[in-house]
Amino acid sequence: MFKAFAFAAALSLTAGVACAQAPNDAQIAHIAYTAGNIDIAAGKQALAKSHNKAVLDFANEMVRDHTAVNDQALALVKKLGVTPQDNPTSQALSKDAAAKLKTYSSLSGAAFDKAYATNEVAYHKTVNGALANTLIPNAKNAELKSLLETGLKLFKEHQAHAEHLVSTLK
Amino acid sequence: MSSPHPWLAVLAGAALAVAPVSAPAAKSHAPKGPVIYTVTLNKMAFGPLPASIHVGDTIEWANDDIFVHSATAKDHAFDVELPVKAHRWTTFHAAGTYPFACRYHPGMTGTLVVTK
Repeated sequence: MFKAFAFAAALSLTAGVACAQAPNDAQIAHIAYTAGNIDIAAGKQALAKSHNKAVLDFANEMVRDHTAVNDQALALVKKLGVTPQDNPTSQALSKDAAAKLKTYSSLSGAAFDKAYATNEVAYHKTVNGALANTLIPNAKNAELKSLLETGLKLFKEHQAHAEHLVSTLK
Repeated sequence: MSSPHPWLAVLAGAALAVAPVSAPAAKSHAPKGPVIYTVTLNKMAFGPLPASIHVGDTIEWANDDIFVHSATAKDHAFDVELPVKAHRWTTFHAAGTYPFACRYHPGMTGTLVVTK
């Protein structure tokens, strides 16, 4: 079993030891789904805490789009008879996200908005790098690869949107 | 560019149901009559666009993607919300060049050229 992917190193996470072993499709599906769920949870936190319309619009977009991708991913793995496989990268992503949710729960107003939007930039940048450099190149199934490629286009849009949002927040 | 008024008409699906269009940017029309072109959205992109259309022609926006999109003119002459799997129609009543984008995903862009 692999210990970690280059993706984990890219995330500057400390779980496991980065090695060159490529993830398989079941692991890729799990990582992609986990990454989507993390952004959905962050978006829901923003919807509950923010009063800034631009932030709320962005958060709604994140929840809507990532839910769409994850629904499609679930349908695909079901169709393919693949069981997503948990792995250290997914675990590290979840652990890091839980810590951020906890940190941001103590913030409010402009401080929360800025923290949320800034993290969205960094998060999408990291996930996009992982998609482009690790997950898409290693995906074997054509439909999974296609979904990941569509996801990358989408998440680049999200990154640009997040960067614009940050630039508008004081 | 001439005034778009009355530029935009988003028509009810039933009104155009007689026009069988399915292929991207396909056209369907009675001889010398207005043409309906279908533009299909999929995988975070607008599909092929007609090189140009004429005043009176219609664009059918077909969202085959898994995401909500829009077709929104840069000058706000039209703004069509496109839920997942939805079809919407825009009829052009004035000549001009109309760059547009998805309101939610601004990297999705296109330009329609309408001639008399």
